[in-house]
Amino acid sequence: MSNPQQLRYSKEHEWLSAAEDGVSTVGITEHAANALGDVVYVQLPEVGDTVTAGETCGELESTKSVSDLYSPVTGEIVEANQDVVDDPSLVNSAPFEGGWLFKVRVAQEPEDLLSAAEYTDFAS
Amino acid sequence: MSNAPRLTSLDALHRSLGATMTDFAGWDMPLRYTSERDEHHAVRTKAGLFDLSHMGEITVTGPQAAALLDYALVGNIGGVATGRARYTMICREDGGILDDLIVYRLGDTEYMVVANASNAQTVLDALTERAEGFDAAVRDDRDAYALIAVQGPESPGILGSLTDADLDGLKYYAGLPGTVAGVPALIARTGYTGEDGFELFVEPRHAEALWRALTEAGAPAGLVPCGLSCRDTLRLEAGMPLYGHELTTSLTPFDAGLGRVVKFEKEGDFVGRKALEAAAERAAANPPRRLVGLVARGRRVPRAGMTVVAGGEAVGEVTSGAPSPTLGKPLAMAYVDAAHAGPGTEGVGVDVRGTHEPYEVVALPFYKRRK
Repeated sequence: MSNPQQLRYSKEHEWLSAAEDGVSTVGITEHAANALGDVVYVQLPEVGDTVTAGETCGELESTKSVSDLYSPVTGEIVEANQDVVDDPSLVNSAPFEGGWLFKVRVAQEPEDLLSAAEYTDFAS
Repeated sequence: MSNAPRLTSLDALHRSLGATMTDFAGWDMPLRYTSERDEHHAVRTKAGLFDLSHMGEITVTGPQAAALLDYALVGNIGGVATGRARYTMICREDGGILDDLIVYRLGDTEYMVVANASNAQTVLDALTERAEGFDAAVRDDRDAYALIAVQGPESPGILGSLTDADLDGLKYYAGLPGTVAGVPALIARTGYTGEDGFELFVEPRHAEALWRALTEAGAPAGLVPCGLSCRDTLRLEAGMPLYGHELTTSLTPFDAGLGRVVKFEKEGDFVGRKALEAAAERAAANPPRRLVGLVARGRRVPRAGMTVVAGGEAVGEVTSGAPSPTLGKPLAMAYVDAAHAGPGTEGVGVDVRGTHEPYEVVALPFYKRRK
């Protein structure tokens, strides 16, 4: 599987887009989606919530298990993807596209985010 | 002793198919090949192919084979006709369930006992011990068989294209020796999915050829390889108990709502009789927690071990839970106090990580195929 070049990645398997007007989009990687299996329930942070890099901000539930969702950055939630709440299988079918999870106004980024190449090594 | 996982004779094939593997009772087994939801739907609407070679086969032979099994198990095994199978249990002296089993009568004096992978050694040890004094031999045949199941409404057509065996004459819970795709097999009309289907016991050296033949014959009908993940959601929808979840050594068959498998009327003593008679009386006088179905009104998934609540009180415990691909809602089986166990009981919830999620109490099974 290929990890898009223009994104950066956390060791908790989230991806982060480059900020536009200070806002980045966050999702989980295809590697993480495959490991979870069919995602059946997604609980996302709400607009206005403050999230902290490396801390849990939601839940991803698959047929077999529940996983915490972490935020790769610190900031304020400006949008949660209602499409993925309505149809959690988007996380599996389009993890880097329609299966994005939330948009966050970035206040602070950790220094250890990975490049696509670094993440590919990390996840393999 | 090595702790390396045991591999079935189809292991290389699973890996070549890209299966996600998982440890199951010490075996490395396919969890899923693609999407467990797609595999589940294939079994409900077309057909699915399973490797179940981790199940434990034990052969019991000899003039007193039937007498031994009647003593060792809670069912009436002597009453099973040749070519038929019976669902039964093996219990401890105190009535606790050691395992649930399917026993096939292969001949006048020959039976095959199929145990769950996780309990196969326990069952083998118990049968061996209980065989003392009987003119019967207990043989460990776990390595003698691979087990392939083809399940789903298309399975009779698929299997029929590969065998001359009289499948129409083969009833549910029956088995006969035959040849499938040139491979000698015990063909059994059993399964664990709630669908029509067959289980094929073959020599491990023939398993791969049989799997390939079934895959080829089944492809036009929509047959796909299926892993243990969808097997679990299929059996949950069908309301079938799973050892370690609905059945444990701390429950008697009466506590599990399966008292009908205990045949007190059979001749002679059997292991656990006294304790089970007491359990039956207790269950009649003072109903224990009952095994019920719970259907989620929301979307959060109940899991084994979660507490069932009503009016802020704990009234039961979830034994199995999963999102149901067929119903499109999370389902659970749970043991619930009799007062809250009636279908339609209001106000029942499950504590899902601190939130009380509402559930509807229903009778099992959740899903029944049309015959």
